[in-house]
Amino acid sequence: LTFKPDHDHDQLPGSSISRRPRHRHHYGGTTSSVSSYPALFAYRLLPVADTSLKVELSTMVEDQDAGMFNVKQTIGTVLCCRCGIKMHPNAANMCVSCLRSEVDITEGLQKHVVISHCPNCDRYLQPPKNWLKAQWESKELLTFCVKRLKNLNKVTLINAAFVWTEPHSKRIKVRLTIQKEGLEKAYVVEYVQQDHLCESCSRVAANPDQWVASVQLRQHVSHRRTFFYLEQLILKHDAASKAIKIKQMHQGIDFFFGNRSHAVKFMEFLRSVVPTKSRDDKQLVSHDVKSSNYNYKYTFSVQISPVCREDLICLPRRLSSSLGNIGPLVVCTKVTNSIALLDPFTLRHCHLDSDQYWRHGFKSLMTSRQLVEYIVLNIEITSPPMEAKIGGARYLLADAEVARLSDFGLNDNIFWVRTHLGHLLNTGDHALGYDLCAANSNDSELEKYKSSLEVPEVVLIKKSYEEAWQRKRGKPRKYKLKHLEMEVEDRARVDEEKERSDYEQFQRDIEDEENPELRFNLSLYRKEYQEESEAGSMADDAAAAPLEELLADLVLLDER
Amino acid sequence: MATRLQFENNCEVGVFSKLTNAYCLVAIGGSESFYSIFETELADVIPVVKTSIGGTRIIGRLCAGNKNGLLVPHTTTDQELQHLRNSLPDSVVVQRIEERLSALGNCIACNDHVALAHTDLDRETEELIADVLGVEVFRQTIAGNILVGSYCALTNRGGLVHPHTSIEDLDELSTLLQVPLVAGTVNRGSEVIAAGMTVNDWTAFCGSDTTATELSVIESVFKLREAQPSAIVDKMRKSLIDSYV
Repeated sequence: LTFKPDHDHDQLPGSSISRRPRHRHHYGGTTSSVSSYPALFAYRLLPVADTSLKVELSTMVEDQDAGMFNVKQTIGTVLCCRCGIKMHPNAANMCVSCLRSEVDITEGLQKHVVISHCPNCDRYLQPPKNWLKAQWESKELLTFCVKRLKNLNKVTLINAAFVWTEPHSKRIKVRLTIQKEGLEKAYVVEYVQQDHLCESCSRVAANPDQWVASVQLRQHVSHRRTFFYLEQLILKHDAASKAIKIKQMHQGIDFFFGNRSHAVKFMEFLRSVVPTKSRDDKQLVSHDVKSSNYNYKYTFSVQISPVCREDLICLPRRLSSSLGNIGPLVVCTKVTNSIALLDPFTLRHCHLDSDQYWRHGFKSLMTSRQLVEYIVLNIEITSPPMEAKIGGARYLLADAEVARLSDFGLNDNIFWVRTHLGHLLNTGDHALGYDLCAANSNDSELEKYKSSLEVPEVVLIKKSYEEAWQRKRGKPRKYKLKHLEMEVEDRARVDEEKERSDYEQFQRDIEDEENPELRFNLSLYRKEYQEESEAGSMADDAAAAPLEELLADLVLLDER
Repeated sequence: MATRLQFENNCEVGVFSKLTNAYCLVAIGGSESFYSIFETELADVIPVVKTSIGGTRIIGRLCAGNKNGLLVPHTTTDQELQHLRNSLPDSVVVQRIEERLSALGNCIACNDHVALAHTDLDRETEELIADVLGVEVFRQTIAGNILVGSYCALTNRGGLVHPHTSIEDLDELSTLLQVPLVAGTVNRGSEVIAAGMTVNDWTAFCGSDTTATELSVIESVFKLREAQPSAIVDKMRKSLIDSYV
């Protein structure tokens, strides 16, 4: 016998009907007497009364020329092998309820998980090191809980929701609905919340004074007006949000940070608002030999230029000539990250960059503490009129006849001065200026100029609103300013009276109408419980901050 | 009556035994309990023969037979063949056939009158089947599977087929075989019927995993109970032909 493939097979795939003619075997036993049958049809003629055979014939007689001959397949029913109910056959041949009770698709999945929670900062640990902030029963917490489950990628997650638990029970329950192999099941996972201080909280708790980087901000002048202004700026820009501690020192403020990069960022902010010179140092705290990790404490020493607004400066000869022979006596009009200087006699102005300033490092000749009040007896605009528009402000050159307020009525000391405040002053106005003839300045630069320079007797700086302020003296201000939380060390050295007067001066400065740009960077908040009767009387007061500029103070209840 | 048993902790009893109306073949197992269960049921009526085929124990799947004869594959050794010839009654013709598909138990499902064959069986083999077993051979598939011997258990009184068999297929097969057919499972949802059980006209042996439901289906379709409940039979499709030619 050989194994020959039978070529008569033309079995079409998918068809259960064999098409080849059946062999009739006559060995032993009788067969039914069917003489012939068509070769293409695979049916058996039987003399039976059942008509279903004929029905079968009709369904099977199809036009062969139409292509594939497919019989319609109806799925039958079998009995479930466990409970015996009729069902359609499936892979397990068990009805759905038997399958569900027998096959537990949640097998092998975690039902009990332990998560770490920091009670200080309300964060949850995502190992190995990440701490995730999430509120109780929030979406982030749900995502975090689901992520902590292992093996969940083997099944399809359909739904996840929280089940209510007591907030102090330290248990979180999540009901998950999963689907696997066509079966759905809902089950509950319990999370036990363990309290564990996160690294940063434990570090803070262990040593609250611990800092990594500090910025020591200093300005060697006798007043603190710059720092008041800076304080408002910092608050507006939220630059010190990352500071662990802020300490008020003599002639400056110290800021402490937990991270060197925070300190550097703060320094960059400072550099953009005031002209500074800085220097940084580091000190080794600890050293891990095995991993070669060095822990340092970084200190940044930032010095603000001692030149302030309204200061009178005598420029060194070299600088004066490099700036185009601007008169050696100049008034500082504005200090941002560059210093704006104005020659009051020629109305020439220039800007000095931070680097430029520190290269020369000159000090002011006279500061605003030394301002003296004058009364304007007569003022005449120069002819031809010289006008300058500098930085949005108009200046007009004028000749004025002034007398000291202290001399007024007592003697006849009158000074003729040239001033840049021609646009502001009228006869009878009060002005503040520097009394150079009576001053005893110890300035080395001025000495160098002794011969070639004609020092004027008076330099007027600004208009005085003293009378208006006298009227307002008792009345509270309509706005309030926010403050940075500062630790004051060494209270003995702080002169309370001086500081209060400085602050009063600062507030008057920002109320000044002529200098709206000073208010530009600050946030003034509306004070509550305003009295309406005062509003009317304030209207004609030129020295009040306009109401529109006040911000409604936003009170956040949950401020941390 | 249907009996539940195991062969060496395995529920696939149809693999290790072959039961017909004239004889029973049993594999040589580690313990005698398998053999003894068959003995208990059948000793008075028909011979129970312990054998191996081709040195293997999977005799149920390698050979095909009915009361007229037994076909064994070409892997059967001469000793085994001789042993079979000696042990079986003389009316049973034992024939070794040369066929490429040597697992004859998987390829042929037969009772005493009719047989279903694997579609790729040789023509000579088909003739031999008709000769030796005295049956009419039909090449068929069951639920799209060509191994008809595995997915169908057949006796002169009924048959159990793969559970995924469609109604049209069932109708056609029962027309061919002239016995009532039911689609069902054995051994707790297993689809390989003939491997999970072995049956003849008055008794059946199933794997121990077989549930009560499956057992009742088996007992009703093969008519193993003396007083049969008509409930299950009535639920079968109308096109079942109950009368024989």
